[in-house]
Amino acid sequence: MSAKLTSLQGNKACALGAVAAGCRFFAGYPITPSSEIAENLSRELPLVDGVFIQMEDEIASMAAVLGASLGGVKSMTATSGPGFSLKQENLGYAALAEVPCVIANVMRGGPSTGMPTRPSQGDIMQSRWGTHGDHPIIVLAPASVEEVYRQTIRAFNLSEAFRVPVVVLYDEAIGHLVDTVDLPAPGTFEVIDRKWADGPVEGFEPYRAGEDGVPPMPRPGDGYRTHTTGLTHKESGFPTQVPAEVTRVTRRLLDKIEQHRDVIEQFEQVECEDADILVVAIGIAARASERAVRAARERGIKAGLLRPITLWPFPEEELRRLAAGARHVLVPEMNAGQLILEVQRLCPDSARVSGLNRYDGESTHPGEVLAKIEELNHE
Amino acid sequence: MSETAATVGRKHKFEIRDYLRLDMFPHFLCPGCGHGIALRALLWAIFELDIEKDQLAVVSGIGCSGRLSAYIDANTFHTTHGRPLAYATGLKLARPDLHVIVITGDGDCLAIGGNHLIHACRRNLDLTCIMLNNEVYGMTGGQVSPTTSQGRFTTTTPNGNREPGFDACALAMGAGASFVGREVTLQTTALKNLVREGIAHKGFSFVEVISDCTEIYGRKNELGSSPEMVLSQKRSVLPKFDGTTVDKPFRAGDWTTGVLTREERPEYYSAWREHCQRVLEKKGGRSS
Repeated sequence: MSAKLTSLQGNKACALGAVAAGCRFFAGYPITPSSEIAENLSRELPLVDGVFIQMEDEIASMAAVLGASLGGVKSMTATSGPGFSLKQENLGYAALAEVPCVIANVMRGGPSTGMPTRPSQGDIMQSRWGTHGDHPIIVLAPASVEEVYRQTIRAFNLSEAFRVPVVVLYDEAIGHLVDTVDLPAPGTFEVIDRKWADGPVEGFEPYRAGEDGVPPMPRPGDGYRTHTTGLTHKESGFPTQVPAEVTRVTRRLLDKIEQHRDVIEQFEQVECEDADILVVAIGIAARASERAVRAARERGIKAGLLRPITLWPFPEEELRRLAAGARHVLVPEMNAGQLILEVQRLCPDSARVSGLNRYDGESTHPGEVLAKIEELNHE
Repeated sequence: MSETAATVGRKHKFEIRDYLRLDMFPHFLCPGCGHGIALRALLWAIFELDIEKDQLAVVSGIGCSGRLSAYIDANTFHTTHGRPLAYATGLKLARPDLHVIVITGDGDCLAIGGNHLIHACRRNLDLTCIMLNNEVYGMTGGQVSPTTSQGRFTTTTPNGNREPGFDACALAMGAGASFVGREVTLQTTALKNLVREGIAHKGFSFVEVISDCTEIYGRKNELGSSPEMVLSQKRSVLPKFDGTTVDKPFRAGDWTTGVLTREERPEYYSAWREHCQRVLEKKGGRSS
């Protein structure tokens, strides 16, 4: 059952989705093209007993988000490329210390200050590998305004369930798009809260996980009096450099994601099952690709679209399965070639993988994807 | 604080072991380091203020000062370099019921974390920031810091430091901190009293502790043995603050100690809640 049909901007949808998911703390810093997320939350959070704070910089915003989350409150920040670069320091802390948090990154042209008001998909790899060291992270890539709303809720749920930072990654085109949306009514969607430690205080180890690999979190004030650190730590929470211990705790951190791929992975398929030409794309490039695929089908070309909604971890098995039956794999993206690296890694030799790249500050157009599909079809 | 089941029967004399994670000992500080004295003063003040350990959150950054949180039997957070004030800001806003204390160092607080310090001073959220100033980056092996005295030798000033050092208290006062104080580790009771006043102050309090790094900094500058270094603090202290504010941001040869400024200003979180109340009333008024 839906609440009502309404028109909504992508960034506003992100803000409203956050509140619906239970976000009660936002710390941010103004940056185009994501500022509407902060602006909307500065209006919404006072109404729900939450806290909004504009910090002195991007780094402080991320740090404040983690401080609030460590206190037990669902928290988020929002940014774009230059700010996302600065978030990486504390994003790594969130990954290692297992602090739930959500970061919306509205992609603009880069590198550096780049093109603040133009769309891009240049942060596909940074969203996975931006912070140093081996680390777990989940990245969700919505392609419509309604999906921004739903995936922001899902971002909080995954973050809480697995104590992992979750990035909601979309391009400026989606962020500033106004779509007609059909939002789920409150109470009709799942809202997950983190597992709190509630056992005996004596002998409690904050990073001792059960079979699901996710340790229950001690809430300050509940008597556990634990230590949280960005140093590599063992189950007790205190630092270790013992090789066997480091291997064990790092393995669990990474396995938290691998172990739960069935819940974390999400993708959409359009005409994929008999696809001869498989298109793989995210965000606004995927919307253009969907239109191109449907147009190609009308022309009798067996094209299909695999759209990862969960970008990282990448839907490896599904891509392998679909690519096995395809003659060509096409990766349209708004950068010089990032998503294609992952696709090439996973595709069997039989499928030729080609890219369709633009990095001129324009969105991928359906016409250029269709033209490329037709070109590949003739090969 | 009222007497609860946890406080009934507690010892009425400060016993530092009650506040330490003893299984973390021996600690990692060098012989002669002043940080242990500062830690003791903090825990002593916590005891005197009757703050429950469960309600105490200690947030630290990176460096020698940053490691202290691990020894405190409380909710402790060893965060990233320079950022403890920003973490503490989020924590306090999410959990105003907690006593949030930041332990930081001269490099952590004034160099990489300088931006967070001045804005924490400006906001006046109810945090206590204890900055341990030993004039050097100790953890990384003794490099020059923003408070290193001019002429001093460090591993990155092999010919002597040519830069002026910050006066951290003047900086905090200039940025609007509502409570600023300084003390030396030689004066352990005065230090405890200052920290206690800082914690009790409603709003942002900044306490600079002049601490000695004997092993890395003192040795290189031939400042003498550990007792000699601590006693030398006596010569540099101007214990009676005469009420004139520091007019230069740079570190003077002498240190004024004690409470350097104290004023009542609206506390950030209380002001935020009042703001929210007004917003809700306005909304309610409009819809009815």
